[in-house]
Amino acid sequence: MQWSGDGLIIGVRKHGETSVIVEAVVWGRGRHLGLVRGGRSTRMAAILQPGNSVHLTWRARLDEHLGVYTVELDKPRAAALISDREALYTTQLLCAHLRLLPERDPHDRLLEMATTILDGDFNALGRAQILSFFELALLDELGFGLDLSACAVSGATKGLAYVSPKSGRAVTAEAGQQYLDRLLPLPAYFGDRSTASLADILQGFRLTGHFLQMHVWEPRNLEPPPVRDQLLAKLQDRASGAVNSPSESKP
Amino acid sequence: MNERIAGTEIEQLIQLLARLPGLGPRSARRAVLHLIKKKEGLMMPLAAAMQRAVDAVTVCAECGNVDTRSPCSICTDPRRKDNPMLIVVEDVADLWALERAGIGPVRYHVLGGVLSPLDGVGPDDLSIDRLIARAPQFSEIVLAVNATVEGQTTAHYITDKLEHSGIRITRLAHGVPVGGELDYLDEGTLAQAMKARTSL
Repeated sequence: MQWSGDGLIIGVRKHGETSVIVEAVVWGRGRHLGLVRGGRSTRMAAILQPGNSVHLTWRARLDEHLGVYTVELDKPRAAALISDREALYTTQLLCAHLRLLPERDPHDRLLEMATTILDGDFNALGRAQILSFFELALLDELGFGLDLSACAVSGATKGLAYVSPKSGRAVTAEAGQQYLDRLLPLPAYFGDRSTASLADILQGFRLTGHFLQMHVWEPRNLEPPPVRDQLLAKLQDRASGAVNSPSESKP
Repeated sequence: MNERIAGTEIEQLIQLLARLPGLGPRSARRAVLHLIKKKEGLMMPLAAAMQRAVDAVTVCAECGNVDTRSPCSICTDPRRKDNPMLIVVEDVADLWALERAGIGPVRYHVLGGVLSPLDGVGPDDLSIDRLIARAPQFSEIVLAVNATVEGQTTAHYITDKLEHSGIRITRLAHGVPVGGELDYLDEGTLAQAMKARTSL
């Protein structure tokens, strides 16, 4: 068995004294693991960093085997990331999210979003906003997508302001009046894809976090990635004016 | 089918030695044969030295270094006592590497690893809380963690924790190693080296 493809490295685990098991998300193939012999060498360690795009060739005798990867660097990102705290947290969070995907099941939409986030010239706010969309898409790809198209009570498509914490369906402000203490606020940008304020983005993360916890982390006995909390804490600092990034002026 | 060629004690010794880094079953067998041949001159002193080490080795309660006493000889070294610099490393091997480099009478803090979601290592699994508690004794903390995504995430996490402490937080430079040829360096390292260039 052999195939070649491009992918994004999302994790590297030591195997023996000289090798590593690389976890990558490959276009058209999904999350795929493989052994890289000599992967702990100085030269290969620089290539095999989460966030780097690589060209992979996978070989195995049988399809169900782990197989061996041959890796060539396509787009190095790790070196640039390690000096930018929020970009580094974002990359780690994206990798943690992509590791939730089932093995060998293509999810090109998420890979495309991930590479857009990694390569895009966003300011911190823009990056956080698209990251919250990524979490929404992740829920969808895992089969727990939220239905934000119409109100679960009235069927109305306008004035959606809340989400049911159980069903994940949108509710209008009017229909949700009597359940306010139980409903989750729906940030407007999830519906109209407009530019969001920091408070809205944090609201968006609270919403996706609730459903990730309910459908993904808790059933799999996982803790939310600590880096998600760190990233949200940085955003909250920004909201309270404690952090003033020089990249704030970017569009 | 593998036939046993020696007694249980020897086979067990071979199996245990084969688990050491750098050794496989063949090299372990050679080492055991060598030890048996030099039983009095090497095997017995080695066994005694290992037993003494087993009895004496302890982890320093202050910095996390391994030594035969706690606090370790580095923490109790009077030359290092007033040095305001603390170097944070991932594990003891890194501490030994920095000591070999002769960087001066500094003190260390061994984290015991890096934050690694893949291996399930979170902040509570590292000695970060102990580092935060020690931090006020120093005016500069150097984060000498590996230049990997996981290493630098850990560095940023610690920086966040010490953000309001008023302590100067620094990290090691990234760039061209001594003896390194530009042609063979990865693009990322070259870009970092270019960013961190210095005047001559």
